[in-house]
Amino acid sequence: MFASIDDTRSALAQEGYFADAGLATSLFLALRMQKALFLEGEPGVGKTEVARVLARILDTPLIRLQCYEGLDVTQAVYEWNYPRQLIEIQAHGSGHGEVEDIFSERFLLRRPLLQAVDRSHERAPVLLIDELDRADEEFESFLLELLADFQITIPELGTFRAEHAPVAVITSNRTREIHDALKRRCIYHWIDYPTSERELEIVLAKVPEAAQGLATQVVAFVQRLRHEELYKLPGVAESLDWTRALTHLATERLDADTVDRTLGLLLKYQDDVDLVRGRRAAEILAEVATP
Amino acid sequence: MTAAPPGIHEPPGSRGRAFLQNLISFARALRATGIGVTPSQVADAVLALSWVGVEDRDDVFRSMRAVLVTRREDLVLFETVFNRFWRHPEDATARGRRRPPAPRDRRPPGRFTIATYLAFKDSAALEERDVADRAGTYSGEERLRRRRFADMTPEELEATRRLLARMRWAASLRVTRRRVRDPRGPEIDLRRVLRHAVRLGAMPARVPRRRRSEKQRPVVLLADVSGSMERYSRLVLQFFHAMVRSLGDVETFVFGTRLTRITPQLRLRNVDRALEEASGEVVDWAGGTRIGSCLGNFNRHWARRVLRRGAIVVVISDGCDRGDPEELGRQMRHLQHRCHRLVWLNPHLGHAEYAPRVAGMRVALPFVDDFLPVDDVQSLVAFSDALARLGRSGSRMGARYAASPWRGRSAAPSGGARLSGLTQETIP
Repeated sequence: MFASIDDTRSALAQEGYFADAGLATSLFLALRMQKALFLEGEPGVGKTEVARVLARILDTPLIRLQCYEGLDVTQAVYEWNYPRQLIEIQAHGSGHGEVEDIFSERFLLRRPLLQAVDRSHERAPVLLIDELDRADEEFESFLLELLADFQITIPELGTFRAEHAPVAVITSNRTREIHDALKRRCIYHWIDYPTSERELEIVLAKVPEAAQGLATQVVAFVQRLRHEELYKLPGVAESLDWTRALTHLATERLDADTVDRTLGLLLKYQDDVDLVRGRRAAEILAEVATP
Repeated sequence: MTAAPPGIHEPPGSRGRAFLQNLISFARALRATGIGVTPSQVADAVLALSWVGVEDRDDVFRSMRAVLVTRREDLVLFETVFNRFWRHPEDATARGRRRPPAPRDRRPPGRFTIATYLAFKDSAALEERDVADRAGTYSGEERLRRRRFADMTPEELEATRRLLARMRWAASLRVTRRRVRDPRGPEIDLRRVLRHAVRLGAMPARVPRRRRSEKQRPVVLLADVSGSMERYSRLVLQFFHAMVRSLGDVETFVFGTRLTRITPQLRLRNVDRALEEASGEVVDWAGGTRIGSCLGNFNRHWARRVLRRGAIVVVISDGCDRGDPEELGRQMRHLQHRCHRLVWLNPHLGHAEYAPRVAGMRVALPFVDDFLPVDDVQSLVAFSDALARLGRSGSRMGARYAASPWRGRSAAPSGGARLSGLTQETIP
C-alpha cells in the first residue's frame, strides 16, 4: 500500500507507467478508501494498463473480466459444469446408491467475479472489469450490488464473501454513459491524452531501442495529429506501435514517404488515412521538423 | 500556487465544524451548477481529505474531483466552481448570491426566434380553447391528418403538435445475446434440466428450453432546423419529445450550421418545458445549412457513442445544403456504414412532382436506405409503423410511390440503384 500520492506516482513510474498527479491522487484514494477506481478515456490512453501495473506493484493476481454485450451471470460469475453433472448422474443415478449432490463446489465453474471474492487469496487481488460500457445495463446493476459488499450468493450453495475485498478497477471507453449510481460509488478519473513531455517519457521507456530524435518526432507528429478532424484520434498505444514499427524499419528520422507507408499503424479508419496521407502528412511533418 | 484558501488551512479535526459547513456549501454550489453531488459523496470527500491532508491546494482539488465528479463533461465546471469557491471564503457564506442559476430555472435567452413559435406564443390563450374544442371530434382530427404541413396555419400546426404528443412509438427489434425462458425456444436450458433431474432422482425427464431475448433497436434522430426547414422546427421538436418519451434508447440532435444534442433537455416530462429547454440549447435556429460538416461532427464525436447495437438513424431534412457536397457524400457514406439502417425523411417528398433536384439531396441519396416523406400526419403514422418493422422482413420500407421494391443492402451496389424507378430517372 502506498504512503502518499507521491509514493503512488513513483511506484507506478518504476513499473513504467507515467501517471499525472490527478491519476496518482485517484489511485491513492481508491486504495485508501477501498473503493473501485473508475477510469474513463479514449481508447489507447492506458486504462487497462493501470490495473496490470497495480497488480505487479501489489504483487497480487490480476483477475480480468472482459465485458461484452450479453455478458451474463454464467460468464461473469459462475456456471455449473453440466457435462460433469451428467456423467455423475449416469454413473450413479441409474444403479444403486446415492447420487452425490451435483450442485456442490466440485461441479462449480468459477468465473472472474467469483474468483475475485474467493477465500483462497492470500492478499486482495486486483479485479479488472474492462470496457464496462460494452456490457448491458442489467450487468451494471449487478455490479453495483457486488461492489457494495463483495459477496455473491449461489442459490444451491450459499453465500461467498471476500476475505480481502479485491482492488477493483473499472474501465470504460464511453461508448455509452454508465449509470451515475455506479460511478458515485467509485473514484472517478478521466484519463486524457498525455502532454508531449509525458508521452515522450512513455515512448522512450516502452521502446528503448528508438532513438531520442525519432521518438521526439513521433510524439510531436502524433500530438499534432490529435488536432486534426479525424474519426478516431491516435492514442498512446498507437504512438508506441508506430515507434516500434519505425525502429523495425530502421528509420532514424521521419520522412514523408515513410509516414505515408506506415500511417495505417496510427489511423484505424481508411477515411482518416485518406485525409492525412500525402499533402496533409507532409505539412504536419514540416511543422514538426521545424518547431 | 497562491496561499491555501482559508477554511482548508485547518485539518478537519480542529476546526472541523466550520470546514464541514464550507464543504457542504461547496457541494450546494456544485449542485446549483448542475453537478449532482450526493450526501454520501460529500462524506467521501471528508474521508478522502483525511487521507490526503489539506495542506496542498492542488491535492485537495484533485481529491475532491476524484470523489465528487462522475462525468467528463463536468470536469471544467467543477474546476471553475472550485476556484471561485475556495478562493473567496465570503462566497461560502453568502449563499448562492453569485452562483449561476441552475439550468432548470434558466430561461432560454430568447434565441428561439422562429416566427411560427412566436405566433404560437402570442395566440396561446385563444388557440388553447380552439384546440380543446376540436381535438376530440373525428372530423377535425381527420382533416388535420390529411393536410400537408406546408399548407397549415400556425393554429393547425399547433393542433398537429398536440396530436403528435399522443402518438406512441416503437423501434424494430434486434436479437440480443441474453437468454430468456421459452418453452418453444431453440436451445436447451441445461441448468434447469439438471435442477429438475435432481429433484426427480437424477432423471432428466423435463427439458426446459430457452431462446435469445429481443430488444428494441436504439434510434438516433438528426433534424435539420435551418432556414428552409424553419416552419417544421417546432413539430420536429414535438416529434422528438414523443420519441424520447416512448422509446428507451433514443438520441436526438438538431443541426443547421452546427450540431446540437438536445436529448437531456427533451427528457423532461412536461412537453412545453422540454421544448423550451431544448430550443434554448440551439444557437442556430433558422440559419444556413451545412449538412456535411454537421454530419461530420456527429460522425467524429458521437457516432462511436450512440451508434451501437444496430442503431437506426433517421435524418429529417429537405436536403437544401450550402456546404461542400463532396464532404456531405463522404459523411453520409461513413454514417451509413455504421448503422443498421439510414432513414431520410423529407417534407417535400410527398409532392407528386417532387424529384431530388437539390444538390445536397442528390449527393446524399445513394447512401440512404429508406427515403420517406413526412409531409402530413398520415405519413408520420406510416413512418411509425415502418420503424417498428424496419429490417425484420429484410425488405425496405416502401416509399409510398416506389415503383419497384428496393433491393436489400447487401445486394445493392453503392450507386443510386436502390432508389425507386421514379427517382432514378430524375437523377442524371
